[in-house]
Amino acid sequence: MAWKLPTPDHLREVATLSQSAQRLTSQQLLLSGIIHSYGTARAVDDVTLEVKAGELVALLGPSGCGKTTLLRIVAGFIRQASGQVVIGDRAVDDLPPNLREVGIVFQNYALFPHMTVAENIAYGLVARGVGKAEQRARVAEMLATVRMEGFADRKPRQLSGGQQQRIALARALAVQPRILLLDEPFAALDKNLRLDMQIEIKRLQRQFGLTAILVTHDQEEAMSIADRIAVMNGGRIEQLGTPVAIYDEPATPFVNSFIGSSNILDGIVEDGAIRLAVGAVLPCNAPNLPQGKPVQVSIRPEQLMLVRDAAPDRFPVTLTLSLPIGGQLIHDVAASNGATLKIATARHPGGTSSLPGIWHCALTPEAKPSIFPVATT
Amino acid sequence: MRAAAVDWRLAAPLGIVYLALFAAPLLLLLGISLHVDQDLQQWGLDNWTKFWGDAFYRGVVWDTLRLGVAAVLATSLFAWPLAVFFCNASPRTQKILIFIILLPLLTSVVIRTFAWIVILAREGLVNQVVLSLGLSATPLRLLQTETGLILALMQIEMPLMLLPLISVMRGLDPNLLDASRALGAGMWRGFFRVILPLSLPGWIAGATLVFASACTAFISQSVIGGARLVYLPSLIWQQAMVVYDWPFAAVCSVTLLLTVLAGIMMLNWLGRYARTD
Repeated sequence: MAWKLPTPDHLREVATLSQSAQRLTSQQLLLSGIIHSYGTARAVDDVTLEVKAGELVALLGPSGCGKTTLLRIVAGFIRQASGQVVIGDRAVDDLPPNLREVGIVFQNYALFPHMTVAENIAYGLVARGVGKAEQRARVAEMLATVRMEGFADRKPRQLSGGQQQRIALARALAVQPRILLLDEPFAALDKNLRLDMQIEIKRLQRQFGLTAILVTHDQEEAMSIADRIAVMNGGRIEQLGTPVAIYDEPATPFVNSFIGSSNILDGIVEDGAIRLAVGAVLPCNAPNLPQGKPVQVSIRPEQLMLVRDAAPDRFPVTLTLSLPIGGQLIHDVAASNGATLKIATARHPGGTSSLPGIWHCALTPEAKPSIFPVATT
Repeated sequence: MRAAAVDWRLAAPLGIVYLALFAAPLLLLLGISLHVDQDLQQWGLDNWTKFWGDAFYRGVVWDTLRLGVAAVLATSLFAWPLAVFFCNASPRTQKILIFIILLPLLTSVVIRTFAWIVILAREGLVNQVVLSLGLSATPLRLLQTETGLILALMQIEMPLMLLPLISVMRGLDPNLLDASRALGAGMWRGFFRVILPLSLPGWIAGATLVFASACTAFISQSVIGGARLVYLPSLIWQQAMVVYDWPFAAVCSVTLLLTVLAGIMMLNWLGRYARTD
């Protein structure tokens, strides 16, 4: 990406943006005790979530975890079985979607194919009875905001995926929604464009101070643009926290396995430490777990390292393969009990692989393994 | 190039059959209409001037086209809401609906038409309901009226309108209506600004079918319309089979063909303006 000095055009754009930002008053969103079922299946199971004004929260989870249902409940397309949706200080449960002032960007953008770009952006303004002159001004302003000036008379089919998404965003923002909902907005874009659009959406969200909810199954996407992430599974929020907290301190085995990759090792609590089945004692000042309690220890690949010397807190492994992936080396190792682990270490320039053979696996000094008690039945 | 040379020879057998059994009879019909006498000895335009010079016959043409337009309007009025309902219904309901929609096509036109006699008669179903509810003191006259005929044609032609409409509307992105609602538009605005323009290609296909088949629905027109209402198809039958005036019947036939064709071309022309992508 080439960086340019600001031109008068850029400065004017920034000026219009700050004007718009003043007009928008970001609102907080409060979901309390939302329950919804399809037939006998609980799609959303008692979800309570507070999104602060100007905050972007990602609903992250596998398909069928209820995240899209939750989004459609906020938009008003689905009426929840019980619970309350409050936008600002007003419960909107009895309001139809067209009175909720919620902007939504769909995965497939859902631009009106028979209308021009300008007509698409003006659609919500026309519905609100905004005058012709103001419509024109607002459409021009929104086109400038998403950097699509000069495309006003195109039809959606004449635009690329990224351009269509910018217009979908402009259309949603033109009516100055109180909440912006993003339903898998990057899923249909190719990888390079995806990053550009993530930056773009983050920029607009910051600049307008928008309260936004992003629904996604892509953890990188959620990590990169969300202020907080709500990891959902089976209709429930398993963990709510900042991207860093969710990665470093997963609250449940599900969150641990869904976010990032990790090595799971079986162990038993023994004198405040954990004896691993692979033959090492981790001096974790383990949580208040009873003696002899079986646990699973999750260690991120970058929190392990390979060393030559043996020690009580290290275990022997056989290195079979080292793959250089960008700036990292990914080692594939097998422990004595057959468990395979992945270890990521920084790759030194020119370095390709470590010597195959017997090594010892140790925790890095800053490693913070997660410990989950195993349910004994 | 070689492929193109082979192509026309492959199409030739059907082309010859088409020419012999379709184009030739039409030309023959046109030739018969250009004769003056019933023995087809003398050429002349007399029958054409007789047809178009007579206000009665011009009225028959007008009534026939009007019937087609009325049938299109009546079916559209019910087909569009039903199609919207269909597209929003669950797969199970859709299966039941499709069965109900196709039901009229499973019985012959003759039987359906006679069923409508039972419904529309002086002591028929409609009048029994109207009288028992006290909506009218005397039975309504529905048989042998245009209203009754349009009512019957609406039911008989409904599948022709519904099926193309549903097939186009099913292809529409369901998010479009949600997007419209989220932007602050009510259901009516969403329908008229989004659903209606985007489903126009399906409507034009349906309207073409309904218009053509309502204008030429000889059985329904003569059974429900009776002798009081004269449309081009029954005029042709009368001239050809009762009066034996073949040249005049040919004039009526060619006129029916051309006017219905003109209506269809107008719909197609409308379709060009309704391009949605």
